[in-house]
Formats: sequence, structure tokens, C-alpha cells
Amino acid sequence: MKKELSVDTATIKKKDTFFAKLWEQRAWVMMSFPFIVYVIIFRYLPIGGWVLAFQNYWPAKSLFDQTWVGLENFRMLFDDPVFFQVLRNTIAISAIKLTLGMFFAILLALILNEVRNLRFKKITQTISYLPYFISWVVAANLVRDLLATDGIINEILMALNIVDKPIMFLGVPKLFWWVIGFSHVWKQIGWDAIVYLAAMTSINPNLYEAAMIDGASRLQRIRHITLPALRPTIVILLILNIGQLMNAGFEQVYLLQNGRVIEYARIFEIFELDFGLKMMRYSFATAAGIFRSVVSIILVFSANYIAKRLDQERLF
Amino acid sequence: MSRRFTRRSTEDILLDAFVYIFLICLIVVTLYPFLNTVAVSFNDGLDSLKGGIYLWPRKFTTFNYRMLLARPQIYQAVKVTLARTVLSTALGVFSTAILAYTISRREFVLRKFISTLYVITLYVNGGLIPTYFVYRYLGLTNSFWVYIWPAILHAFNLIIVRTYIEGLPESLIESARIDGAGEFTIFLRIIMPLIKPVLAVVALFTAVAAWNSWFDVFVYNPMKPELSTLAYELQKVLASAQQMSTSMELAMSRAAAGANEVTPRAIRATMTVIVTVPIACIYPFLQKYFVHGLTLGGVKE
Repeated sequence: MKKELSVDTATIKKKDTFFAKLWEQRAWVMMSFPFIVYVIIFRYLPIGGWVLAFQNYWPAKSLFDQTWVGLENFRMLFDDPVFFQVLRNTIAISAIKLTLGMFFAILLALILNEVRNLRFKKITQTISYLPYFISWVVAANLVRDLLATDGIINEILMALNIVDKPIMFLGVPKLFWWVIGFSHVWKQIGWDAIVYLAAMTSINPNLYEAAMIDGASRLQRIRHITLPALRPTIVILLILNIGQLMNAGFEQVYLLQNGRVIEYARIFEIFELDFGLKMMRYSFATAAGIFRSVVSIILVFSANYIAKRLDQERLF
Repeated sequence: MSRRFTRRSTEDILLDAFVYIFLICLIVVTLYPFLNTVAVSFNDGLDSLKGGIYLWPRKFTTFNYRMLLARPQIYQAVKVTLARTVLSTALGVFSTAILAYTISRREFVLRKFISTLYVITLYVNGGLIPTYFVYRYLGLTNSFWVYIWPAILHAFNLIIVRTYIEGLPESLIESARIDGAGEFTIFLRIIMPLIKPVLAVVALFTAVAAWNSWFDVFVYNPMKPELSTLAYELQKVLASAQQMSTSMELAMSRAAAGANEVTPRAIRATMTVIVTVPIACIYPFLQKYFVHGLTLGGVKE
């Protein structure tokens, strides 16, 4: 009895101190309050809009007069053969981008780490960041020119007699994923290498010295010191990126695709755009969006869990 | 000693050769598309169709630029793009700084709540359609403000700035508080000057995103040509070029060129240069900040 009472006063007291503290900290509350409202309006209201997927939404009627259809939209989604094509494309494109992107970024970081002329290193790095900062609209224009039938890549291939007539790189469905993969590398390599280079700066120089005294060659030092030191970073970034597997990069794919390759280019966002805004099947498109989000969340949490199990740094 | 030296030097030479060849290839592959586009933009449009323009214009002209910048819609797009970039950067930097300051205070009771609210947005979003309807409901469609409000606060920037503020010596804030400075004064006078380097990173990210974006124009303001941006104008040029096959583009170019107009290829190149040059001029100067900022972002809690 007495114990219960003391618990009660404790909760009251805790509540009291919460509001007392809130009042005491009113300057901070006033400074942050607009941004609480902000995030709710601009980020959480759209999530509330997920109810659309359980209705047969028509904009002319108010949100409360809509016909409720339960999971009908999801059933239609899973029955649609295009949906599986979309799922395949999204995952394949993400996986190709992830693999190629990581491989080349690590390679570049290892190579930059071997440059002794610091001025040359700095200039190369500065240049390598440039593609990261430009819009995909610009990048898509450049990629299109490079890969055009009269573009430089075809010219080089023809001059080397590797092909006898120009390849329409952007028109071959089977090539599309690789066009996306390599244009991703082109745009990201310099930027992505930053993280690995940062990880390399924390390697103890004594290790290299000791290895040199033991007669290890430069390649051996890379293999036995630098690469193992990068392993935690690689694992963390790999896991982080697996959480992004449902996100194939809308702008890039949208801007580089065309009618000829659509069966390999249709990813979730393009599907939502086509069905939602163009065909006005709002509820159906929302259902697709929800599917993507939910799978993403599951992936992120699994990734976080795996990272924790591997005794690595947690993601959040 | 000498034996080891010679043995190492052979491998050294090979490795160095590989390193330098790789990096020079990287530089060429990175820069060539840009330089080629610049060359095409300064070359006579009809002459470019013959091909063979690589790094330098063959028939030099500034005609493409004069023609393009004389178009009222391009001129308007430049104004809108500048306005959205400046406004969203200014608002974004200030908002991120002030909110990051409050949630960097360990004793703030709402610290955990606000942080969680924002971190969740990194992983979950409403998706295209619900977002569209919410923005329409808020009266943001067919309006300039759809470029500004959704873009001013991003959770990633917030975390970077919060981490940075948490690294500042607490004594600075304490002594200001003892001197009787209010919280807002502390933020403006003490915190803001100290976090300039990280705010430079936020400004760069926000400005680049604003300058580069076209999708919001495409979704929310397609019927408002006066609200178009440079990147969207370029996207339209790209989209129309993609629909044509090269031979059709060639034919159209011929026809257009006959009428003393710029060719589609020349328009594309010139627009690309106009959109790219401001960014290419700014980012190298902020390099030391963003490299640092990116490594900061990786440090959580």
C-alpha cells in the first residue's frame, strides 16, 4: 500500500518536473516548435496519406467520403505481372550499382593513397568530385552524347575494330542495367572514395613502417594492412546500402530510359509516376509506394540488427 | 640494403605506373564529356552535325549562347532558379542551425523526441502520390513555394550540424549564460560564428540540390512556364531529343539550321554548360569543408 503510494507520487513528481522543465526551457521550446510543426506537415502528413491505398480514391470527393476497399489495391498489385518486373528491375539495378560503385570507390581510394605527389592527388580528387555535384539532368545529357551512335565510345570501338557498326547503347534492353551501373560509377566514384580515404588516415603509420622493416612490398602492405583496416568501413557501408536496395535512383533511371528499354528500366518510382499521376490510379500507385517503403524499412532494420550482431557501430 | 632497394624499386615503378595511368584515365573520363560539351556549345550548330568536335570548337561562335539567353523563358528560368537557390539556402541554413542547436542541448526535454521525429524521415516517406495530394491541399502546387518549404530541413544536415555543435566546448555557452545572455542571443552571437564551417557544408548541399532539381517542377508546376527552372528546361530538351532518333534529330537540325536557328544538339550542349558552370565554379572552394562534413556525418551519437 505504502509502496504504491510512493510510486504514484513519483510519477506525479516526474510529470511535474517534465512540465516545469518544459517551462524552464521555453526558449528552446520556442526555437524548436516551428520545426516540429514543420516536420509533421511536410513529412508526416504524406505518410498519413497512406490511407489512400485502402480506398478507391477520387480527388473530387473529400477524404472521408471515399469508398473503402480494404486490401484490394494490394491484391491487384501482387496480381499484376508488371509489378514483378518492377521489383526485379529495382533490385537488379540497385545491386549492380552497389557492387560496381563500392568496387571502384575502394579501388580509387587505394590508388589515391599510393600517390606521393600531394598536389597531383589533390587536383585529381577535386576533379573526381565534379560529377557528384552536377544534376542528373546534366549527367544524363553527357552520358547520352558519350553513348550515341556517333558518340566517342562508338568511335573508339570502331577505330579499334572491336565492332563494325555502332552500338545503340541506350536502345538495347539487356545493356540498360550496365549503362546505369557504369554511369553511376562515373558520377559517384570520387565522392564515395572520400569515406574510404578518411578511414585510411586513421591507420597507424607504425604498421607500415614495421611491415617495411620486415620487407613487405607495397602491394603486400596494401593487401595486409590497408585492406583489413578498411573492412569495418566496407561492412558498414555494405549494410547501409542494402537498406537502400529498394531505391534504385529515380532521376538517373528516369532520365536515361526510353521506350525501347522500358521493360528493364521500369523501377518503383517510374511505376508510381505512370500509374499515379499519368493514369490517375492514385490508390493503386500509393499501394505500390507503401510496399516499397515497408520493404525498405524492414531492410534498414534488418541491416541495423545484423550490424549490431557483427559488433559494428550501429546505424542509428 | 641495396638489394632491398632495387627489388622494391621495380615493383615501385610498376605500381606507380599503374597508379598514374589509372588516375590520368579517371581525369580524362571525368572531364572529357564536360569539355566536349563546352566545345560543342561554342561551335557552329550546323558544323557540329558533321561530327569530329572533340576538345576544341572548329567554327567558333557565341551564337548559341546569344540565341538561348535571348529567349524569355530561359531568362525567366534563370531568375526562378537563382531565387529558389538563394532563398532555400538562406532559410535552410538558418533553420538547420537553430534546430540543431536546441537538440544539441543534453538537458533539453524534447531533445530525444525531436531527434527521433527527424531521423525517422530519413527512412520513411509518404511516397509520390500522398505527398502530391498533401502539397496540393496546402496550396503548394502551381506555386513558387513548393520549391522552398519542403527543401529547407533535411534530417541528414540536421545530424551533421548537431554533431558539430556537440563537439564545441560547453564552457563558451556557460560563460555567456553567466553574463546574462538569452538563449537566442547565445545562438546568434556564440554558436552561429563557431559553426560556420559546417554551415558551409549545409549551404553547399542545399544550394546544389535547389539548383539541380527539376522533378518538383515536373510534378507540381508543369502548367506554369513562368515557374520553370533551368534544370527543368534542360530536362525538357533532353526528353524531346530522346524521343527523336538520331537521324530525325539530324533532319530537324538541318531544317532548323536552314531557318538560321540553333540546332537541338547545340541547345542541349549550351544549356548543359549554363547549368553546370556555376556549380563547377563553387564546389572546389568548399572542398575542405565538405570532406570534413561528410566524415562527421558518419559519426553518430
